[in-house]
Amino acid sequence: MELSPRRFADALVLRPAGTIDHVSAPAFRAALDPHLTGCAADGHHVVLDFSEVPYISSAGLRVLMLASKQAKAQGGTIAIAALQPLPLEIFAISRFDQVLAVFPTVAEALAEASPAAAAAFTRGGGA
Amino acid sequence: MRARFWGTRGSIPVALPRAAIRDKIVAALVAAAGRGIDTVDKARAFVDRELDFTVASTFGGDSACVELVTGGDEYVLCDLGSGARVFGNHVLATRGATGHTFHIFMSHVHWDHIMGFPFFMPAYVPGNRIHIYGGHADLAEAFRRQHAAPSFPVDFGRLEADIEFTRLETDRAYALAGCAVRVKRQLHSGHSYGYRFEREGKAVVYSTDSEHKRDDPGETDAFVEFFRGADLVIFDAMYSLADAISVKEDWGHSSNVMGVELCQLAGVKHLCMFHHEPVHDDARLAAILRETRRLEEITRRGARLEITSAYDGLEIAV
Repeated sequence: MELSPRRFADALVLRPAGTIDHVSAPAFRAALDPHLTGCAADGHHVVLDFSEVPYISSAGLRVLMLASKQAKAQGGTIAIAALQPLPLEIFAISRFDQVLAVFPTVAEALAEASPAAAAAFTRGGGA
Repeated sequence: MRARFWGTRGSIPVALPRAAIRDKIVAALVAAAGRGIDTVDKARAFVDRELDFTVASTFGGDSACVELVTGGDEYVLCDLGSGARVFGNHVLATRGATGHTFHIFMSHVHWDHIMGFPFFMPAYVPGNRIHIYGGHADLAEAFRRQHAAPSFPVDFGRLEADIEFTRLETDRAYALAGCAVRVKRQLHSGHSYGYRFEREGKAVVYSTDSEHKRDDPGETDAFVEFFRGADLVIFDAMYSLADAISVKEDWGHSSNVMGVELCQLAGVKHLCMFHHEPVHDDARLAAILRETRRLEEITRRGARLEITSAYDGLEIAV
């Protein structure tokens, strides 16, 4: 799964695209893992831009939980941003909105994570 | 077939607290104000037809015990939680004390699933026959130990019914109690067993105290196959998905979200959420039911999956 990484100062924005269900969850995890492995070294903050994800199942949510644990273990953070209406409801019903940081927009997620990253995002300076 | 729920609560029985009863009465009185309800019949009709379930009733607090009414002469039960006490008393009161045969399928022998047996009155009456089936090697020992001093005053050996224990194997087809029965091992502390009962073209699955990690596609596929096309799946939906895979990971229970997904994948007709978290009150359980129905609606791909939340006294026809 392509995650289209963009760096803004000390934050990395990843944008998965497509349904994340029990079939695609392993590919999502495999794509995410390299970005989390170097989380502490490359910058502490990862934001997952979910604007292109129309559906996520329990298998995909489990990948997010594992990713969150992995990021925290390295002193980093992970946030979810720009959920579409259906995944937003799934987050609420599954209570994932209570255990993961969820933001309406990528800008708001970056503002919470790092002023430098938010400023870079506002300038459109992603690399 | 019909499923009749005698106990639906998980882990430990609970009683409706005084404050909750008071709140229900207050809500009912406010709803009835100005309605001219001045007879018992009018009051009953109002309660039955117009009050919300959480005001007029309760999900109940007995631990796991489900009866499958097959149409045969013999009784079929799943688990012997505290609901078995109520069931046993009902049998004696309505059908007499002796001459009964019970087939009881045990998910496992954790306390909440066996604690009704010392108070299961048919076990004390000669002329009754009780067949207890399960997958655990220590099935009989768990029941005998529960009756032994100093935990209980009546030793197992003094029970006067004819009681037999039978160990079942997984992935074998059995013909028991007038049903075709399949057994599946499940992930739980000390593991547990799920049962699929088929009779006259209908299928009911009893799958409680079962954790689904979704980290092994093969295991998911095996459960989908076990649930495949069932008319009713009685499913452990004790926790939220977030809790089940974070702070309560490895506690051996599942969630409403997992129940919906597995039943949708398997083409199940009716999901009944079961083994309710004891800290959840009626309003909380009703809210979870509403959310789960909404989840089914927004994720539906094929036929609609009917969803209910079990309560003590519920009957579901399949």
